[in-house]
Amino acid sequence: MPNDSIMSLEGVTKRFSTQANDSVLALDKVSLNIERNQFVTLVGPSGCGKSTLLKIIGGILSPTDGAIQFGGSPLLKPSRQIGMVFQRPVLLPWRSAIDNILFPIDMLGWNVGEYREEAMRLIQLVGLGGFEKALPNELSGGMQQRVSICRALIYDPQMLMMDEPFGALDAMTREDLSIELLRIWTERKKTVIFVTHSIPEAVLLADRVVIMAARPGRVLMDLPVDLPRPRSLETERLPEFQDLVHTIREAIYGERKVIQ
Amino acid sequence: MTRILNSTLGKHLQTAIGPILLIGIWEALCRLFNVPVWLLPPPSKIFIEGYEILPILPAHLLATLYAVLGGFALSIAVGIPLAVMITYSPVLRRLIYPLILMLQSVPKVAIAPILLLWVGYGLKSGIVIAATVAFFPIVISTAAGLDSIDRELLELTRSLDASSLKVFLKVRMPWAMPHIFSGLKVAITLAVIGAIVAEFIGADTGLGYLILTNSGALKTSVVFFVLLILSLLGIALFYAVEAIERAVCPWYTSDATRAENL
Repeated sequence: MPNDSIMSLEGVTKRFSTQANDSVLALDKVSLNIERNQFVTLVGPSGCGKSTLLKIIGGILSPTDGAIQFGGSPLLKPSRQIGMVFQRPVLLPWRSAIDNILFPIDMLGWNVGEYREEAMRLIQLVGLGGFEKALPNELSGGMQQRVSICRALIYDPQMLMMDEPFGALDAMTREDLSIELLRIWTERKKTVIFVTHSIPEAVLLADRVVIMAARPGRVLMDLPVDLPRPRSLETERLPEFQDLVHTIREAIYGERKVIQ
Repeated sequence: MTRILNSTLGKHLQTAIGPILLIGIWEALCRLFNVPVWLLPPPSKIFIEGYEILPILPAHLLATLYAVLGGFALSIAVGIPLAVMITYSPVLRRLIYPLILMLQSVPKVAIAPILLLWVGYGLKSGIVIAATVAFFPIVISTAAGLDSIDRELLELTRSLDASSLKVFLKVRMPWAMPHIFSGLKVAITLAVIGAIVAEFIGADTGLGYLILTNSGALKTSVVFFVLLILSLLGIALFYAVEAIERAVCPWYTSDATRAENL
């Protein structure tokens, strides 16, 4: 195991029991080693177990078989060192933007007052200056998702798990937020696991793209992305970018053809 | 024309037109067909005779109000903890739920005499009977509200190692508030019914008692007047609960008002 590994998965298998004593193999012997401060994206067709894998990495689900190490010890329950951003913002509707960002501090039982300044800095960082007092229903979908990203950053977890965080947004907001996420990640280095359906998005963000296949869910390909940083939408015009996108498509669709 | 219809004053006028029209037609029909006063008094007669009982009205109104508010408070005090138990413990859910359903399926009017026997005559039985009628929607709506919590939000609180008490007070309870209030709004109107039922069977004060005695004496105009006061009481209590809802969960009601103004 390399020295700078933050998380490792060894033969992680997840079986869900269904009705009538049947069971579905959601993940089949997934092994991954994630390096500290790496930006990893997970792509794959629906039903490939991306979300299941993410839940296992987050300690929300336990695997049927296999082991996960996080920071040198087995991961058995959700850890405050792993921040979560979901597909929907899931904000508390009665709390203002800033109070939603401070929600984890409140839950952790830390002194909320001490983190107010940091919350304001995060609000500025994601471009929501002036909206700190707004309630979630007064913010657009993209703005709400920015708040939920701040909420995951405020208590400074080592790792960030993002489950299709931009999946519910329109295409333009989505591109905006991708670039913004990269900027935030450059400023506050973290290990990020990012699940997405969009292949270009996966390549644009990642140091490494993990491609998964369905039935049973498994790792099909583990592809390093050596495109120069900082990246922007211009990056998508590089031939290397196009090649990577093409390789991933081939891998996913080629696999599908074989099955059929 | 549409501008006048959509103005605030216009909307108020539209709501007022119905009752005004009803009263006008009622008065006209009573006079036209010479309906006996003991059968159906015209509105004018109702107001004249109602005016005569005004001095004794406050005492009866207050008696009913106490029974309603007491029963409402009791139903909250019993209903919300029950709902919390049902939500948090599957064992208690299986244990309590059938009992609640059984109680709910018995007509309250039918068990009122037994309750009267147990707790005694007057205000006490009023409170208890009002509470038995009102508590069911509170239990159901509170349990539904606590259940409606976003699973991902709960996962988030788990990863932060938050105590269940903290999650209950700061996440689940506020999340359930709009649901709870929709139950409370049904419950307050049911509490009025419960209080009246109690006054019918065992009290010597209250609006229910006034209705019963005056209908026995064929003073139909007074009965109608008391019914009017009773419905005004019900409406006032309903809007009072709604006003509390607006104060307690402004994020939710502002949503509803916005939808209405679209």
